[in-house]
Amino acid sequence: MNRADRLPYAHLWVAILAFGAAAAMALMQALSRASLDLPYRSAKMYYLSVTAHGVLMALVFTTFFIMAFGYVVIRYALRQDVLGAAAAWAGFWIGVVGVVLAATAVLAGKATVLYTFYPPLKAHPAFYLGLTLVIVGSWLWAGVMIANYRAWKRAHAGEAVPLAMHGMLATVIVWLIATVGVAVEVLVLLLPWSLGLTRTVDPVLARILFWYFGHPLVYFWLLPAYVAWYTLLPRVAGGKLFSDSLGRLVFVLFIILSTPVGFHHQALDPGVPAGWKLLHTFLTLWILFPSLITAFTVTASMEVAGRMKGATGLLDWLKRLPWGDPFFAAVALSMILFAIGGFGGAVNASFGMNAVVHNTAWIQGHFHLTVGTAAALTFMGLAYHLVPRLAGRELELGLLAKVQPYLWFLGMLLFSISNHVTGLMGMPRRVYEADYGGAAAAQAWHGLTTLSAIGGLVLFASAAFFLLVMLGTALAGKRRAPEPLEWAEPLHPVGKPGLLDRFGLWVLVAVVLVLIAYAVPIWNHLRMERFGSPPFTPF
Amino acid sequence: MNVPLYEKIWMWAAGGMIVAFILMVFAGVAFSALEPPSHVETIDPAQVWTDARFANRGVTQSPTGATVIAVAMMFAFNPAEIHVPAGKPVTFRLTSADVTHGFQIVGTNANTMVIPGYISQFTTTFSTPGEYLIVCNEYCGLGHHQMYATLIVEEASS
Repeated sequence: MNRADRLPYAHLWVAILAFGAAAAMALMQALSRASLDLPYRSAKMYYLSVTAHGVLMALVFTTFFIMAFGYVVIRYALRQDVLGAAAAWAGFWIGVVGVVLAATAVLAGKATVLYTFYPPLKAHPAFYLGLTLVIVGSWLWAGVMIANYRAWKRAHAGEAVPLAMHGMLATVIVWLIATVGVAVEVLVLLLPWSLGLTRTVDPVLARILFWYFGHPLVYFWLLPAYVAWYTLLPRVAGGKLFSDSLGRLVFVLFIILSTPVGFHHQALDPGVPAGWKLLHTFLTLWILFPSLITAFTVTASMEVAGRMKGATGLLDWLKRLPWGDPFFAAVALSMILFAIGGFGGAVNASFGMNAVVHNTAWIQGHFHLTVGTAAALTFMGLAYHLVPRLAGRELELGLLAKVQPYLWFLGMLLFSISNHVTGLMGMPRRVYEADYGGAAAAQAWHGLTTLSAIGGLVLFASAAFFLLVMLGTALAGKRRAPEPLEWAEPLHPVGKPGLLDRFGLWVLVAVVLVLIAYAVPIWNHLRMERFGSPPFTPF
Repeated sequence: MNVPLYEKIWMWAAGGMIVAFILMVFAGVAFSALEPPSHVETIDPAQVWTDARFANRGVTQSPTGATVIAVAMMFAFNPAEIHVPAGKPVTFRLTSADVTHGFQIVGTNANTMVIPGYISQFTTTFSTPGEYLIVCNEYCGLGHHQMYATLIVEEASS
């Protein structure tokens, strides 16, 4: 392996191992919900594992994978050595120490607070400290990304930065704006409180700060997936990117719309006035817009590929696409499920309508389509694409890799649809079992929880296939000459840098929108007479 | 920016759909008072049991409707059985004695967070008499799944 490739490769493997551990926990949870009696099944184990699954999947797998992809983009799209490699490695190790700290607290049963860690549930300080270190590590990554972008610009005056870097830079900006919220929440409110330095904490203020972070977090997951859809997929499909400039527009729209929307997660919170929730609802609904553009542009790019291969007629191009390529299949299938997830998201955000689904199983059904498929399945597909190239080895167990995205698609359909339905029927999310003393309403959920458990089994098989392919490739793949990573050409040549490449301007617009959405409600909140809450550890 | 015609049409359609979604939310607010519970009132969580607003838990009926005062705690609702009349507005006032809980009446859109230090309040009308399951839908500790109560909607005595 090229020495410089060790940086992304190390990040990738932290992501892959976190994914493996989290997937094993998910299996137990899905079976538990169906009330299947397994050895060692207990409420303590269940909630502990939900916490570990959430933290490892949502925070560790995603963050490390995205950092890896960022370095890949520097190396192969900007075609330069990573400037600031020492800082990048420091970020990696700080993040790893953070993961070990947080995971130890969780596995020891000292931090069963779920990945949302709402106070006044109180975790061991090591949990908060660990999460802080992961985020500090990611900030070093963000700094390295920005430094490399600047170096590239200096060396390429008058050229527009490659779209892949444009998208990754948008990811970095969204992340930097978002993490301010969680940093304040953890460093000012939770860490001192868990250490016993402060006596009480205001749970609603903590929730406001968490969701200030928590919604743009989902775009931090999604944007790198979009980068892969726009800049790698058309190439693998055998065609060209339908529109480079619309890709840039999409990334800019995410910079400005990702953050001023957090109250739609708090639609049912007391202490937050309805008017501000309504404003956040309207802003949230506009986030559908860049994703709808993406749906068109990426699908059109696939059609271009099919037609370049000689397809005629209305739908013949679909048949000419490389459905046997695991990267292509992973992305195409994740796009289909993301379409369903996107409409579900519009329901969640729609103000009064949220009451029908809030904290029900619908929500877990929803985000397993978005982060659990649009992001995670795309990342798995990307891993098939990147690991052989970085490791200089052939993809091993190719048949498993071919089948794996389809299994994920099937398992997720079973899991997600059954959870959407039980959610509409009123089943809460995050429960060890849903029996409620044999209440008639709860009995009605049971057939569907079994279907969801079957989905969980299929998903676990898919995750196991992925891990086998990764381990097989890294350890036993046939060595080969390094193969370059090839990016999609746009249908029309990229022009000079324009308005959509002026990141400083868009950061300014984003900050203004954040101030409009949050400054007044937070100010009013802080002025109100409030009573903090002491800590509780009911686990 | 040069946008191809078909994508232009698609973008207008997408924008139109989002405007329709926004109008739908507005229509819900304007015509059905379809607002999420957003009451702003604080309370000292250490004094919940003695605070005058929650000292008498249960249902107060009046000719025009009913008021329910209830406390959520690990891992039960107090009171555990709530009787309300059908067809009349019922106002729920809830708070938590410990961690954050949820209060969701299964089979209806009555659903709110219950957060320590704050009072949740919403008003709704139950049209169908019968027995309803109330569940806590926010993780609150190892007994979370055992936290439930019963709502009995009674035929209004005319």
